[in-house]
Amino acid sequence: MQLLEAQHVTRVFGSGLLNKHRTVAVDEISLAINEEFPTITAIAGESGSGKTTLARLLLGVIQPTEGSILFQGRDLAKMDRTERREFRRQVQAIFQDPFEVYNPFYKIDQVLTTPIQKFGLATSKADAQRRIEESLEMAGLRPEDTLGRYPHQLSGGQRQRIMVARALLLNPKIILADEPVSMVDASLRATILESLMKLNRELGISLIYITHDLTTAYQISKDIFILYRGSVAEVGSVEKVINDPLHPYTRLLVSSIPLPDPDVRWGQETDIETKATAPGAATEAVHGCKFSNRCPFVMDECRVKHPPLYRTHDDRAVACYLYKDDGEVVAGRDMAQLLAAR
Amino acid sequence: MVTQTQTRRFETNGNAAERVLDVRNLVVHYHTPRGPVQAVNDVSFFLRPGERLGLVGESGSGKTTTALSLMRLLRPPAAIEGGQVLLAGRDLLSLTEDQMRLERSAEIALIPQGAMNSLNPVMKVGEQLRDTIDAHLETESRRSVTDRIREVLEWVDLRPEVMESYPHELSGGMKQRVCIAMGILLRPKVIIADEPTSALDVVVQRQVMETLGRVQQDLGAAVILVGHDMGLMAQFVDRVGVMYAGKLVEISPVRDIFKNPQHPYTQLLIGSLPTLRVKELFKGIPGLTPSLLNPPSGCMFHTRCPKVMDHCSVQVPILQENHPERWVSCHLYDERYAEAVPVSSVKGSMEGSTTGNQGRES
Repeated sequence: MQLLEAQHVTRVFGSGLLNKHRTVAVDEISLAINEEFPTITAIAGESGSGKTTLARLLLGVIQPTEGSILFQGRDLAKMDRTERREFRRQVQAIFQDPFEVYNPFYKIDQVLTTPIQKFGLATSKADAQRRIEESLEMAGLRPEDTLGRYPHQLSGGQRQRIMVARALLLNPKIILADEPVSMVDASLRATILESLMKLNRELGISLIYITHDLTTAYQISKDIFILYRGSVAEVGSVEKVINDPLHPYTRLLVSSIPLPDPDVRWGQETDIETKATAPGAATEAVHGCKFSNRCPFVMDECRVKHPPLYRTHDDRAVACYLYKDDGEVVAGRDMAQLLAAR
Repeated sequence: MVTQTQTRRFETNGNAAERVLDVRNLVVHYHTPRGPVQAVNDVSFFLRPGERLGLVGESGSGKTTTALSLMRLLRPPAAIEGGQVLLAGRDLLSLTEDQMRLERSAEIALIPQGAMNSLNPVMKVGEQLRDTIDAHLETESRRSVTDRIREVLEWVDLRPEVMESYPHELSGGMKQRVCIAMGILLRPKVIIADEPTSALDVVVQRQVMETLGRVQQDLGAAVILVGHDMGLMAQFVDRVGVMYAGKLVEISPVRDIFKNPQHPYTQLLIGSLPTLRVKELFKGIPGLTPSLLNPPSGCMFHTRCPKVMDHCSVQVPILQENHPERWVSCHLYDERYAEAVPVSSVKGSMEGSTTGNQGRES
């Protein structure tokens, strides 16, 4: 059964018949996490790709304009209080800024005891303490070094790991991490990602990793969704998508990563460059494929209708007409379910 | 704190004339109620004309403080406690504030962190650029100033119409280009770019860095790129200086830093970088950065160092050139402790320490 599923979800901001500033932040995106196959799924894209809006939809913080989000088969919009509460416990979030979530006047203990109280998780004070210490240890922290301190006394990495501990406390099935390491130094980044991977491997927690950083996405996830202006450009196994990108946008992204190797130079995909990098092109209104105004391989049909997903491999699909002869058209929802069932 | 040996070791190496910027024994403290924080602790390095130097380190390592001290832009509680910043042979630290103002932008320019948010939102881009010129060249006619602005905008791939735009009308990448334009307006010898692309997406980041690189080459200016993104360093700079807890622990050509790092901290840092080649377990650096209010004795890194030796907690290591162009501040490479050194890492160090650095790398 699907644990968490987005079915052709669309979210429009500033909508209304007369409103000209209508932004389709998320445009018919589907995603699935299967209960039997705990996995790490990356959602990657640049600013404006809709990745954070998708995260907020999946958390039930905002409602889809079209399509639905299902948790264990139940539509989020139709849940009653008890179901919703259960959803809030099972699906946890970790955010980008490990400072903003703390109240500077409270000791960090507060962010850990509050969820225990709210969800009535502990039978006694001692039980609560034991749970807190356990989860801190799982997140790679020494309880005696962290408890009783104020947020400013801890490093960014420690603060972010406390967020991981807080998420663990509730024994969730899914953790949604929105840029969890983008504000953390490189040396700690590795440690935090490592502890997130451990949660997946050892505790069977599924992880949705939202990021702009393809390198870390490649390292920790199994499948990846590449978003461009609210739509899925390419989706599939992370090895295929990153090592052999097909969509011209994915190719541009991958070739723009500054690799930490002076012998592998930036910009080997030179044919992609000139046009795709025209300033301002990323925000222009376009018909058909959203990448068509930047795409060096643009064809007539690209300007008419946004391409469907073509399933070029068992575990990969691309929304690009260049590949229409390389695979069958597949519905986003079906592709998401196929990937989740591996 | 500043030992004689250290100064001598540093100065004897290389020819002073081929250095456009020469930073010697820079010390910066932040004065807090709980005592001075040693943010920059005896840092020495130099920059050759037209060279690109990267200054990397984690947050709190002192890289931005170092950059700001070169411009003399530190504000209290931070204060420069000692050292020299020689720009073309003149010590910037001994200038009066009025003299220094004339050096800024004209001789040494800064593209600050989050520069694109430092543009004045209610002033057109052209006027902001004009301001920079007016502050330095009173005699130039309005017309030639406009020509110069147009030329500089063209350099950074912006259309002249941008002069008439307000910052909010521009994209992030365009704003960052305006900041680069502002930095190069007076053709400085040294450009300091502090995380110039940290707020930009990868595609735009690459375009902006390519622009900066091209402009820098055309100008023949030297660049100090401050940041923590090792990928960006690998792609952009010629040499990398690695900072840890206020100290410069290693400074070497970029290829050596990535292929054969010497300082244990650099080794761990390079080892912690994820790549796109192999999926493997992440390796973080265990432990935490020390408090600079109460720094450890001896080597700053000894509390986390996997190769720590007895005297590391006693003796402060000094930055030495153990191989041409390769400077490292670690007892592992000090001949006094040679018997403790693993054989592979002393290779070439003997001739290296005596030949010094004569020619430039092409």
